[in-house]
Amino acid sequence: MIPSAFDYHAPDTLDEAVALLERHGDEAKVLSGGQSLLPLLKLRLGDAGHLVDIGRIPGLTGITEADGYLRIGGATREADLERSDLIREKYPILLDTAAVIADPLVRNRATVGGNLAHGDPANDHPATMLALDAEVVARGPRGERTIPITRFFTGLFATALAPAEILTEIRIPVPPPRSGGAYVKLERKVGDYATAAAAVQVTLGGQGEIARIGIGLTNAGPTPIEATAAEGSLRGRQPDAAAIAEAARLAADATSPSADRRGSVEYKRDMARVLTGRAIHKAVQRAGGQ
Amino acid sequence: MAPQTTPEVCGMGHSMKRKEDPRFIRGQGNYVDDIQLPGMLYLDIVRSPFAHARIKSINSENALKIPGVLAVITGETLEQYNLHWMPTLMSDTQMVLPTEKVMYQAQEVAAVVATDRYAAADGVEAVEVDYDPLPVVVDPFKALEPDAPVLRTDKEDKKDNHIFHWEVGDRAATEGALAGADVVVKQDLYIPRIHVASIETCGCVADFDRVMGKLKVYMTTQAPHAIRTVLALVAGHVGLSEEKIQVISPDIGGGFGGKVPVYPGYVLAIAASVVVGKPVKWVEDRMENLQADSFARDYHLKAELGATKDGTLTALKIKTVADHGYTDAAANPSKFPAGLFSIVTGSYDLKHAFAEVDGVYTNKPPGGIAYRCSFRVTEAVHTIERLTDIMAHELKMDPADLRLKNFVPADKFPYKSVLGWEYDSGNYHGALEKAMERIGYAELRKEQADKRGRGELMGIGISSFTEIVGAGPSRTFDILGLKMFDSCEIRVHPTGKATARFGTKSQGQGHETTYAQVLAEELGIPAAHIEIEEGDTDTAPYGLGTYASRSTPTAGAAGAMAARKVRDKAKKIAAYLLEVSEDDLEWTPGTFSVKGAPQKSKTIQEIAFAAYTNHPPGMEGGLEAVSYYDPPNLTFPFGSYICVVDIDRGTGEVKIRRFVAVDDCGNIINPMIVDGQIHGGLTMGMAPALLEEISYDENGNISGGSFMDYLVPTAMETPRWETDKTVTPSPHHPQGAKGVGESATVGAPPAIANAVVDALAHLGVRHIDIPITPEKVWRILKDKGAGL
Repeated sequence: MIPSAFDYHAPDTLDEAVALLERHGDEAKVLSGGQSLLPLLKLRLGDAGHLVDIGRIPGLTGITEADGYLRIGGATREADLERSDLIREKYPILLDTAAVIADPLVRNRATVGGNLAHGDPANDHPATMLALDAEVVARGPRGERTIPITRFFTGLFATALAPAEILTEIRIPVPPPRSGGAYVKLERKVGDYATAAAAVQVTLGGQGEIARIGIGLTNAGPTPIEATAAEGSLRGRQPDAAAIAEAARLAADATSPSADRRGSVEYKRDMARVLTGRAIHKAVQRAGGQ
Repeated sequence: MAPQTTPEVCGMGHSMKRKEDPRFIRGQGNYVDDIQLPGMLYLDIVRSPFAHARIKSINSENALKIPGVLAVITGETLEQYNLHWMPTLMSDTQMVLPTEKVMYQAQEVAAVVATDRYAAADGVEAVEVDYDPLPVVVDPFKALEPDAPVLRTDKEDKKDNHIFHWEVGDRAATEGALAGADVVVKQDLYIPRIHVASIETCGCVADFDRVMGKLKVYMTTQAPHAIRTVLALVAGHVGLSEEKIQVISPDIGGGFGGKVPVYPGYVLAIAASVVVGKPVKWVEDRMENLQADSFARDYHLKAELGATKDGTLTALKIKTVADHGYTDAAANPSKFPAGLFSIVTGSYDLKHAFAEVDGVYTNKPPGGIAYRCSFRVTEAVHTIERLTDIMAHELKMDPADLRLKNFVPADKFPYKSVLGWEYDSGNYHGALEKAMERIGYAELRKEQADKRGRGELMGIGISSFTEIVGAGPSRTFDILGLKMFDSCEIRVHPTGKATARFGTKSQGQGHETTYAQVLAEELGIPAAHIEIEEGDTDTAPYGLGTYASRSTPTAGAAGAMAARKVRDKAKKIAAYLLEVSEDDLEWTPGTFSVKGAPQKSKTIQEIAFAAYTNHPPGMEGGLEAVSYYDPPNLTFPFGSYICVVDIDRGTGEVKIRRFVAVDDCGNIINPMIVDGQIHGGLTMGMAPALLEEISYDENGNISGGSFMDYLVPTAMETPRWETDKTVTPSPHHPQGAKGVGESATVGAPPAIANAVVDALAHLGVRHIDIPITPEKVWRILKDKGAGL
């Protein structure tokens, strides 16, 4: 449980951090909360000659609403999400998610940006961000750009971030009235990755019908999954039991999980169905629907 | 029983706060890894990725180039000293390092000694080992087939993978009784391989002093004295002599049986220190601990239980295959290859029983240790408690009624069981009836019926266990010939304070508190004034250590007996001081007074002072005593647990809604500590019932070898335990006490399993092997069409 030797860099500015990443190329890794990276290094499953710690760079943390977006700084700790009144009042789906990531000790260090940038389909925020239709702000040698979350996850542990790019912010459209969301996770014990989990964000229309819906699934394939067919089946419909059951079935159809100690393929697919149904139900309730 | 002593004296029955807790809570405990010695070197271990492979070569060249790496030890190095093999506690043999082949994944292959642990870890990475994989035998049943590869090729005459056959009871009579039974239920059960997963892993600091020729070893061991003797026996030929060996067990962060065996890492650190003449530290990491240290359980059972139509249990027959890994490294008393499995008739007055166990070699780590269990008692209790429930369902009887009908009645104690034990005392009806009342059993059954009507799944499970702890009487109990008595030495100092040393070793049990209370009870010296020491073989009297709930029945009893010797001498001194005959004195805790003249008295403190300043002519000075206590019998704590579960029909998750545990461990030394033992034990019993398992794929690759997949429960998974008690003293223990540390670990799993099966019983479910994972339940619901 002792990593190979590495050089540690603690730049004070984003420009400096980006320059370090450019200079060291493949050998460099961004260190944010370190809660995924350090275990990999300690188990010697991964190797990094240089760690670039972005934790001392000002301006990378914070949870604010501005210009129609909820803006979460890339290096914002999960624990800060849990303790934010804004999140508690307006973004229950994010509170649900933060509360089931690993355990409190990990959440004190782990960052929201790291949870996404690691590209691990077993992480919890990717599904939530898919449901919320977020976008990600990245800063690299050629300046800043935004990446829609739907195009962010490109493969197992792979993202759209270029090698010397740093995820600086997550932007979530402020949900209109009559919106609600929920994240429902099945885990073997506290701190575990999801056996399956579903994130659902809805906005209800004037007749109680589903006006907008986003459904994200955790640990259901090589990348986080947006259950588009399930979303489509509910859009414009009343969220009654039959409609929810059908959407849940379609969500399960979108999964391609692999078997492990958490369960067989068959079990995980069925759990995607069961949990999607429960998450839709909860999201609709929170949106003020029946 | 109300306490006989004042709160100031704090003898038995007082919930004294634990004397050891201030240092533990403040992070000031002193564990093996806290030991720092000048010039200390670090040892780390190269481990095998294969479960069975011939070692073609080991290349240390690159490792030795790393700055700080001093040496790489291989099997060939040890072979020069004939230290490459060592005996196990069951008189089998175990590799320290292999010279020919590895026998399980994560087996030690070589050791790197370096100036710091970072260099040692880099050295481990750089050692190159060339393996030639061999056919792997994972399944113990396949291991027994005639064409299975013979694993122990090191044993010249070994032609198969069978280790031992052990049996108890009358086979013919039992089979006859089963043939004549009205109803017979049969069930295959698997009690999976699990691991103690103590939070402190194993390790040692070996410090060989070349000038004095003395070896001092700080070691995570539950049995320091036995280890010293084993070291002297194993390494006598290289010059280690028992009087020159000091084993020190400092604070231990959980043992649970996993710190009884001798692991190769200990031997490697000692060998390195002896060769180099410097202290050498070895501390394994979490994955090494889970993957290579002794496992527990791994019993495959076929059980049959017979009964009359009206529900009288008549006969029990069990056939077992025990997977021991590549060597029999169980830590049982030597005459008991299957431990105390013969307690399997449990709390029931069975007339016929027969049990047999066959031990088998496979390509897995060795072990078979008593994980918080008095040697295979957990396996026995799970079997009889599951079978009893299966029988209740078969007879359409309430499982509580079936138990109440078949319990050994209170007036039949001491009770001779059909498999040969003499249960010392018990009141099984009392414990179950109390548990049923406490949980509201009848109302729960009504609720269950209502819920079934609505399609909801709820179950109620009972476990009425009988434990057998306190090994043990020297006529039958020994380990490698060492009789399993235990010891206490008391020194009462001139100012009336005392120091007492014991042959056991606390790993969290609270001995510094409970032993002080045991002595306070007998001497009237406040427990706060009695310092307890254990774990240093240079100072403590010889004993076999702490495991199998033996500390209170053996060393605790030795404490009481030694204290009584002190009191006898104190009485003589008091008689001299008060100028009366001993017969004229009477004792109240802490004071001898003259009968009829209570104002004429001497306190134990006054007597202690006189023992050093004014002792009677002709009497030796001082106030000390030693006792080596050989218990006349084991103690048989018992209890009844009732568990209520709700099942999520969508996910298959089992939620424990309520759990009432009524325990009886005889007279109680410290109720708070007993409660703590029960709470911890229940959680450790829930773990294998619902969460924990170590398994292997067909290539012998471990699954569950880290805390990612070995699911140790946290507070979040732990339900609210409701504890209660009855008190049935042991008739032979000097203070009427019984061991209690393991009752809950043993009793909880079948209560939970029975509750889950009960929830699904109306669907035709009779048995589910533990751990009962959500997927197992989901699959049943799916097959029965009862899912969501």
